[in-house]
Amino acid sequence: MNPARKRTVRLVVALGAAVILASALIYTSFSAASPALTPSQFLREEQPGRSYQVTGDVVNGSVRHEDGVLHFAVADRAGGGSAIPVSYTGVVPDAFHEGREIIVTVERQGSRYVGERESLITKCPSKYKVAPPSEKQNA
Amino acid sequence: MASLGRLCLLLSLAICVYGVGACIYGVRAGREEWTRAGRRSVYALAGVLTFCFALLEIAFLHSDFALNTVADTSSRTTPAFYKAAAMWSSQEGSLLLWAWLLSLWSSLALFLTRNRLREVTAYATAILLGFGGFFVALMVFYANPFSTTTPAPPEGVGLDPLLRFPTMMIHPPMLYSGYTLATVPFAFAAGALITRQVGGEWIAVVRRFAMASWLFLGVGILLGASWSFSELGWGGYWAWDAVENAALLPWLTGTAFLHSLMIQERRGMLKVWNISLPLATGTLAIMGTFMVRSGILDSIHAFGGATLGTPFLILIAAMLCGSIYLVISRRGQLTSAHRLDSLLSREAIFLFNNLVLVGLAFVIFWGTWFPKISEALTGQTASVGAPWFDRYTVPLALILVLLSGIGPVVAWRRSTFAGIRRNLALPAGAGLLTLAGLLLAGVGHTLAIVMFSCAAFVLGAVAQELWRGTRVRRAASGEIVPIALVRLVARNRRRYGGYIVHIGIAALFVGVAGSSSFQHVDQVGLSPGQSTRVGAYTVKYVRPTASVSAANDTVHTGSTANFGAVLRVTREGRYVTTLRPSEGFYESDEIAEGSVGRLIGGQPVSHVSIQASLTRDLWSAIAPELEAPWLKRIVQIGNKTIPMSRPDEGMIAIAVLAREYLKHPPPAQFRLEVSPLIMWIWLGGLIVFGGGLLALLPAPAVLRRGARVAVRQGASALGGRPATGTTAIAGEAALELADLRAAREVKYRELRELELDYGTGKLSREDYELTGASLRGEALAILDRIEALEGGEAQADGGETTVVEPEVPAGV
Repeated sequence: MNPARKRTVRLVVALGAAVILASALIYTSFSAASPALTPSQFLREEQPGRSYQVTGDVVNGSVRHEDGVLHFAVADRAGGGSAIPVSYTGVVPDAFHEGREIIVTVERQGSRYVGERESLITKCPSKYKVAPPSEKQNA
Repeated sequence: MASLGRLCLLLSLAICVYGVGACIYGVRAGREEWTRAGRRSVYALAGVLTFCFALLEIAFLHSDFALNTVADTSSRTTPAFYKAAAMWSSQEGSLLLWAWLLSLWSSLALFLTRNRLREVTAYATAILLGFGGFFVALMVFYANPFSTTTPAPPEGVGLDPLLRFPTMMIHPPMLYSGYTLATVPFAFAAGALITRQVGGEWIAVVRRFAMASWLFLGVGILLGASWSFSELGWGGYWAWDAVENAALLPWLTGTAFLHSLMIQERRGMLKVWNISLPLATGTLAIMGTFMVRSGILDSIHAFGGATLGTPFLILIAAMLCGSIYLVISRRGQLTSAHRLDSLLSREAIFLFNNLVLVGLAFVIFWGTWFPKISEALTGQTASVGAPWFDRYTVPLALILVLLSGIGPVVAWRRSTFAGIRRNLALPAGAGLLTLAGLLLAGVGHTLAIVMFSCAAFVLGAVAQELWRGTRVRRAASGEIVPIALVRLVARNRRRYGGYIVHIGIAALFVGVAGSSSFQHVDQVGLSPGQSTRVGAYTVKYVRPTASVSAANDTVHTGSTANFGAVLRVTREGRYVTTLRPSEGFYESDEIAEGSVGRLIGGQPVSHVSIQASLTRDLWSAIAPELEAPWLKRIVQIGNKTIPMSRPDEGMIAIAVLAREYLKHPPPAQFRLEVSPLIMWIWLGGLIVFGGGLLALLPAPAVLRRGARVAVRQGASALGGRPATGTTAIAGEAALELADLRAAREVKYRELRELELDYGTGKLSREDYELTGASLRGEALAILDRIEALEGGEAQADGGETTVVEPEVPAGV
């Protein structure tokens, strides 16, 4: 095989391998992903046995610790809509607090909504927000 | 003061606009004084932004709450060190830090290149000023650090307690230095493409900045990981969070660039790779900056309002489209001078390395942006979790570590199977021995064992290289081993610095594998006196701790009160250590919490207690239960009886609370971890940093002289022509001359390294002579061309050919 032909073969093999790997990657990412929903979307669309990422605010007054399990309710960020009562075990981030924005992976088991272990993420309170002038008037 | 600051920002914007115009006019009209003015604008920008930075810092240190940024992120009770660092914890301040660092590094870059690559530098200056102008414009129009409120509030909000740790405050300057330094190769690559001067010179100019950017980015990423492990309460250092990935992406493409540019230097190959990688790195760096502050992706760090997202998207789109256009339209200049000689060569390994690194970057990019991609494709936002990332990055990381051991052992241009077999015998032996040993010892977790074996392989390969190189040097110079080793490394800094980096990476991955696969975690509620087991250790909750007031805050972060525990750790009955985790409670500004509740109502922060060692870290965190009824009652009584305006009296209630906690402690939640080998991550990082610094330093001048003299033996010593021709040569010839001089330096190094490669057994005698002849021929061709361009009496010696015999001591 002359060198030019060898190079073409190499190129084809390399490209082929890249395409196959990329396709495998892309394909599995769709099946391995958990959809991200707001609480009201979750209540509408969820199916038992599948887990979903729920993002929303922790409802004030709903936080309760019981035997190593954290119970709280999460509602839509925009307000309105129903809240989902979640039972969660695992690390509770320092930033977790009523009224804070969280992301947690939830699955419905029977009549309970269970938060997946170690899946609770609390968003750091926004330090980078550009506050509108009116907010700054109160001392 | 604020108006002075605003004025200076406007002045900076004007300087940027002027500078861009001056550079472009100067380079197109061929008028050097204008391009010089453009470069000086960068210096001026650095000066003005330094002044702005100083102004803002002074405002912070004096707690000038008229400035919104100061009021939002600092307070009188924030400790002084954190007041200074709070400056860049806000959107506006961090933009100023970014712009300031960009102006400083650009000034350095342009100062060091002021006499080289005239046209390319002019465009690079314009691009760098463009970036500077973008960030200054963001500040002037969207997020001004000098915006004020009147009347000024009496007290500020205070720095987020989560950020009150030294590692967290150095992390942004390091990371931003990495990002801003990544724009320098971008600017020069774009400039080289625009002016169609994609020869060797621009690579020689840009290499050190690419290296520095890579170093700073790496340090910044590791600092973030270290903060996450030591200060956040979840006990991990990497979560494949969008913002973590954002910094990793440019680091990966930067690593690829650092390796593949070596090939262009030597063989003039991979030009498309070498122009695309810095363009990609710069774009990814800007994309990373954008991701952190736009909130476009759900992430623990995703701050920021939508206002900044749009300008960034426009900039990134412009960078992307501009880069693609330039590469395609200049592809004629980007053809390779040579082809790959053999798959058994270092060039081939580097090419494969490029592919793996870019593949890894693609995986991480895809996973990070998947929520947006799936939303665009299916209408449904979905995200992939850490297991998906691990599944694809772990095999690629294993391959990378393997390559980092194979690369040093294979010679440039060509090797034989026999040669490689001989050179890989020892490292492979080390790897296989480790594998066998671990398997026999019954250590589980296949992937971790494979990683450990790969690391042993790398260590074996580098140790072998160092040993053989020392032997070669000793054969010529007779020095004792330690001195020979030091001199060897000092004279071949790029090579051995690189090998040291490889050892550091191997150590880092050993730490990652150990701490991921063999970790023991226990999450449990304990009352004083109770014990629990974690791995091989028994942890006993001895007694609670409580301290009140900032004066007693041992962690010096200005917390109102700290509640914690004393933990006694034993192993098989023998005392190991005492851990003292605690949680700090801070003030909040929510009146609804009550006069006393407010004092501890702010976000609590875990103060993790760790006992570190080479073999394992013992990690502990506590979440004390302050909601117990008898404790809540104290706060409630305090809220009712103590007025909001008397926080000092409120502290009395806090003290009562603390006393009650000590006397009647409720059960507390503990998270306990035994993380083996995690120290190796930080140690590996230090080694990488050291090796990188070593590779960054310039080679000693005596070495360059030695090789140059050797090649020119017998040729050009006639006449008093200076060694580096400074004769004035115009236009194209001068550009070609600059490229040729860069190529000449590379050839000298290649000749030196050929000696070393042969001496360390990487080449057969036949290959050594073949390659040596090719290199000498190439060197002579370059020298001839240089002499022809420089004019002079080179031909007067009547064809006396040079005796090209680089002496081993000069090379080694």
